[in-house]
Amino acid sequence: MSGARTIAFTLNGRKETAAIETHWNLVELLNRFGLGGARESCGQGLCGCCTVLVDGVAVSGCLYLAVAADGKTIATIESLDEGGALSPVQQAFIDAGAFQCGFCTPGFVLMTHQLLEKNPDPSEDEIRHYLSGNLCRCAAYPEIVEAVRAAAKAMKHVR
Amino acid sequence: MNQVGRAIPRLEARTKVTGRADYVHNLRLPGMLYGKIFRSTVPHGRIVSIDVTAAREAEGVYAVVTGEDIKTIIPNPYYGPAFHDQPILALDKVRYVGEAVAVVLAADPHAAERAVQSIVAEYEELAPVFDEVEAVTSSAIVHDELKPAGTFADLKHLAGRKNTNVALDYQLRRGDVAKAMASADHVLEHIFKTQQCMHTPLEPIVALAEPGEGMLTIHSSCQTPSFVRMEIARLLGWPENRVTVKVPFLGGGFGAKVYVKAEALAAALALLARRPVKIALTMEEQFYTITKHATTFRIKSGVTKDGRIVARECDVYWNGGAYADIGPRVAQKSGFTAAGPYDIDNVRIDSYEVYTNRPPAGALRGFGIPQLVWAYESHTDLIAHEIGMDPLEFRRKNILADGRPQATGTIMQDAAIGKVLDAIAERMKWHAPFDRGTGTLRRGRGLGIGFKASISPTTSGAIVNVSADGSVVLYTNTIDMGQGSDTALAQIVAETLDIRTEDVKVVHGNTDVAPYDMGTLGSRSTFHMGNAVKRAAEEARAKLAALAAEVGLPAGTNYPFAEIFRKRYGMQAGNVIGTGTYIPSYKPTDPKTGQSDNVTPFWMIGGACAEVEIDTETGHVRVLRLVNAADCGRPLNPKVARAQLSGAAIMQLGFTMYETMELDGGQVTNASFADYKIPGFRDIPVMEAELVAATQSTGPFGAKGLGESGTFGVSPAIANAIHDAVGIRLTELPIRAEAILRALRAKEGRPLEDEE
Repeated sequence: MSGARTIAFTLNGRKETAAIETHWNLVELLNRFGLGGARESCGQGLCGCCTVLVDGVAVSGCLYLAVAADGKTIATIESLDEGGALSPVQQAFIDAGAFQCGFCTPGFVLMTHQLLEKNPDPSEDEIRHYLSGNLCRCAAYPEIVEAVRAAAKAMKHVR
Repeated sequence: MNQVGRAIPRLEARTKVTGRADYVHNLRLPGMLYGKIFRSTVPHGRIVSIDVTAAREAEGVYAVVTGEDIKTIIPNPYYGPAFHDQPILALDKVRYVGEAVAVVLAADPHAAERAVQSIVAEYEELAPVFDEVEAVTSSAIVHDELKPAGTFADLKHLAGRKNTNVALDYQLRRGDVAKAMASADHVLEHIFKTQQCMHTPLEPIVALAEPGEGMLTIHSSCQTPSFVRMEIARLLGWPENRVTVKVPFLGGGFGAKVYVKAEALAAALALLARRPVKIALTMEEQFYTITKHATTFRIKSGVTKDGRIVARECDVYWNGGAYADIGPRVAQKSGFTAAGPYDIDNVRIDSYEVYTNRPPAGALRGFGIPQLVWAYESHTDLIAHEIGMDPLEFRRKNILADGRPQATGTIMQDAAIGKVLDAIAERMKWHAPFDRGTGTLRRGRGLGIGFKASISPTTSGAIVNVSADGSVVLYTNTIDMGQGSDTALAQIVAETLDIRTEDVKVVHGNTDVAPYDMGTLGSRSTFHMGNAVKRAAEEARAKLAALAAEVGLPAGTNYPFAEIFRKRYGMQAGNVIGTGTYIPSYKPTDPKTGQSDNVTPFWMIGGACAEVEIDTETGHVRVLRLVNAADCGRPLNPKVARAQLSGAAIMQLGFTMYETMELDGGQVTNASFADYKIPGFRDIPVMEAELVAATQSTGPFGAKGLGESGTFGVSPAIANAIHDAVGIRLTELPIRAEAILRALRAKEGRPLEDEE
């Protein structure tokens, strides 16, 4: 059996501590905080449904141990609309109809933010390549490309 | 107000992009236990013993439950929509590798998982059977006796049958096939096969049962809340009103979540433990729960030299796995369309649902149609080649036109087969020359078109509630699993009441408040529930008009609803409720001839045209372009509808190119996304989706269902394109580079070394 530990971290801008079991993954930790946007689906880090940003880098929450989040800064999908306004990426996903069941959507939205931070004007091929670690079984892929392009455009105007 | 036909975003769009949409996956209740399942390691065997002693004593374990324990609260614990053949946990026998045998309950899911590892079961192994054709004559018998559920009249004759694996033997006889076949100039016969696949909804199957005093609430990721309530009540011997089924959004369904999946187990465990119990399957476990039928389809056609199909024989074997689930319906409902969307006077169809020792098969986006279209559209191309006709022109010459009888005898109506064919051909510029490639890279084009009957007999009910301030709630047991039904149904309410769609709230999936609905399946929601919702909204509108007249408002004026209520009740009070039920007319097929002059409420039509490139050195194939078209009548929401069409086509692209459940002695050896590949971003060709201009005269505002149509033509379009490119014919799915290379080398007279 594994042991209990207490970890301290920043979660969506707030300082938090949590008593955890060392075998918990990040999704389980987030669930304790009522955050359900990162969802364990394939359990192997292959579908991207559990995407979470740790110190600004996207990780698979199902493979990332909670204990490793000690001292880190965690951002989840729930941080994007703090204050009530959607991010340009979220708005673009709505406008393009870039999801059906919505289960994988938080992962795609977070990865799109990462992409556009690194590459504000990605080509279609770059979009497909960057998002190839996220799966959408409803296959809203054509609409997701449209959304990423629209988001890139919208964010350029902001810059 | 033109709400119908508006390309508005989904009503729940905001909750989905913010990660706050409600799924059972995320639901936790105080005092909840997790159930983790111990599964069979043998494909067929008698249970000799199940030793749960160590598991019961493990730290953190609340209880361990076997099939015998289930019997203490449910004496006859067998369920299923077509046959009462599936035990909640295995009893006496196991029938496939992965069958649920015992469950550990614990507050900590990790503790439950650990304890499962310490359970030991002993089996007396029996000879298994895995192949659907072998199973028809095999001495390995999966079920000692057939137990039809009694729900379907055409299964009754199977009751009590012994020593057979055939769970349904549907037959259709039309005209004189032998005579027509003898008179034909060409007779062609082929066998096509498809593989077993899994839906893999990204929200794996999950149910959470919450016991009360003589009551039970089941929160489920389920496409059929009304059925689940009825079936759980039947198992428990309770009245239906003691069972509540609640369904929030689904993280995908595709047929994996129809009828009872985890609900019966969660319910039984919750009642035994007197605590809420959550059964949340992993992605791996889904492969052991419900799958898509593998099939073998022998098809034979007689054709005149000028290109008319005069006779067709179809023998279809559906690999149903160990439990029937809805498979017998697949064999019958899809079976009667096995001869394709063609005008053929002489048809024989035999369609067999067959038990084997594989994981059970049921409905998967198309209800068997993609398997049939794969065969008959590959076959169609082979005929066209044989008689030297262009495949498009050959199809044009033979397609079923409105006013002509389908193989069941039902006269075709509102079925835009010709338009769909024209749409895909035009978009691909079928007759124009194109780059056929050079050297080792060769290009080709192919098309495929299919059709599907809808569900009947069936019933849908809906309630529209207009509140005193004029806001409106729609109550429906149609489940939004991504297809956009909440939005489409709200559009129907809004159009009827002349309000904005955004002002309609949809309460879906609650059997305590919403009326009966057969299920969110078979592309039936837009049409069946749509008609029920329209009637409910019309009744509410009529009642509002009556109320307006009662308070002296002049007829025909457009008073806000709130004002009518204020005038009537003297304050903001009251409400108006409209109800609607829709039951399409239907005539069952004759048990001997398969004939019926009213076999379906509507037809779905879907077609695809593909352009591919083959590397003749490696056999690698790239789908460059995939054009899809469908007849969905008048789309209620064109944006959502087009996305549905291309989404279905991409899903079928996976079943065509990548996905197959690899079995070794009945054991699925690739039950994870590491080894079972579904389409991702790098696999998507250039896509086009067209909804042809059409109207379903009996549909709500001219609309009909669409969720499955995009799957129909994809597989044969790709195989036909490969044939067009390099002259080889593939007859089994999935289409892999290895199969192409083998066929290419065989054609060149230098087969691969291991085939020499």
